Amino acid sequence: MSKPLIGVILGAALGVIDGLTAWFTPAVRNEIGGIVIGSTLKGIIAGVAIGFFAKKFQSLPAGILFGVLVGGFLAFLVAFMQGGYYFQIILPGTLVGLIVGFATQKYGSADYTERSAKSA
Amino acid sequence: MKWISDDKLDRLRTLVANPDFSSTKYTFVKELARGGMGTVYLAEDTELDRHVAIKVLNTPDVTEDLRDRMVREAQIIARLEHPGIVPVHDVGVLPDGRVFYAMKYVRGSRLDEYAAENSSIRDRLRKFQAVCDAVAFAHAHGVIHRDLKPQNIMIGSFGEVLVLDWGVAKLGRGFSRMNTDWPAGTIVGTRDYMSPEQARGEIDQLDERADIYSLGAVLYFLLTNKLPGEARPRSVNAAVSKTAEAICLKAMARSAGERYSSALELSADIGHWLDAEPVSAYRESAFEKVSRWTGKNRFLVLLVLAYLVMRIFFAFTAGR
Repeated sequence: MSKPLIGVILGAALGVIDGLTAWFTPAVRNEIGGIVIGSTLKGIIAGVAIGFFAKKFQSLPAGILFGVLVGGFLAFLVAFMQGGYYFQIILPGTLVGLIVGFATQKYGSADYTERSAKSA
Repeated sequence: MKWISDDKLDRLRTLVANPDFSSTKYTFVKELARGGMGTVYLAEDTELDRHVAIKVLNTPDVTEDLRDRMVREAQIIARLEHPGIVPVHDVGVLPDGRVFYAMKYVRGSRLDEYAAENSSIRDRLRKFQAVCDAVAFAHAHGVIHRDLKPQNIMIGSFGEVLVLDWGVAKLGRGFSRMNTDWPAGTIVGTRDYMSPEQARGEIDQLDERADIYSLGAVLYFLLTNKLPGEARPRSVNAAVSKTAEAICLKAMARSAGERYSSALELSADIGHWLDAEPVSAYRESAFEKVSRWTGKNRFLVLLVLAYLVMRIFFAFTAGR
């Protein structure tokens, strides 16, 4: 499995779970569908970005740092649009980035064929 | 009349018993090990200024057949150029007519001694894989060892693994000039580590799978610290996993057809087990698959769990 694909799958899965946890908040329970779709999209965007970064740079610390930055930035945008809950949104979002950054560096195959063909 | 002291007498006896290397470039240092056919001595190569191990036939008045076997052993090892097989440097005859060959002197310990000092099963199995690789190389060159046991495997001081004592090896095609095997019914090898067909003396029927059985017996020893026997490895050592036991039992199957078909296949299964991947010898349940995957990806699982706990906590606190 390629690194971007792992990023997308993991980002989407964590996004779905992330959205579903809104069920525990009665105030937004009736909007759970939109929340799940939004958080899934956020997860996919983060997964694609982190996955392509992992394909380009094979470094676990760099992958984790990039994941944390992307996850944190996207979560910041969501919190900014909501106008609150910065800590409650940014902290889990950062952790999602960390997980996807770690997983894309550790698992999945980097596409060396393209690079070796170019260098040949 | 002048009496000779006991000390001097003992020294004279030792000098007479030791081989006379005067016509060679080697000087005697000490005896290392004594076997049925020959004795291995530590000697110094005076030309290259290094230590070598020299195997010398035990008695000078031996039959031509035994001399031929000794030379043949040296020739087999010389052909098997592999990092896991001890290299031969020289072959010759001592002034008393005894044949000898010089080989690399391996500083380190035998596999059984190494196992006694190293309790880590994983470390032992990494070494075992190196043994399998050396044996697979020999098999690819048509040589069957027939006496694989921990005492014939050396672990060097830098962790290198060397298979020794190819004296009873069986040769395949390509060795016709040197092929002087024992007659049918002869039992060669070490009883605790030999395959059932080898123990029955079916010398002309033996193939690579006889060595696979012996490798399985070595694996049994490494897992249990006990000589291979009828008891299953897990009943001897409860710490042995079901998967490791299955690999061992497949290698030691009584029927040659049920064993691994090659030493490389055995080595690969050991590697898969060490890397927490599925092995061919054991069909695991869904629960075992999940626990193996979880154990292998512990950090990722912990991260995801931490994330979920945090998310649920925030969701609850936001809902209040």
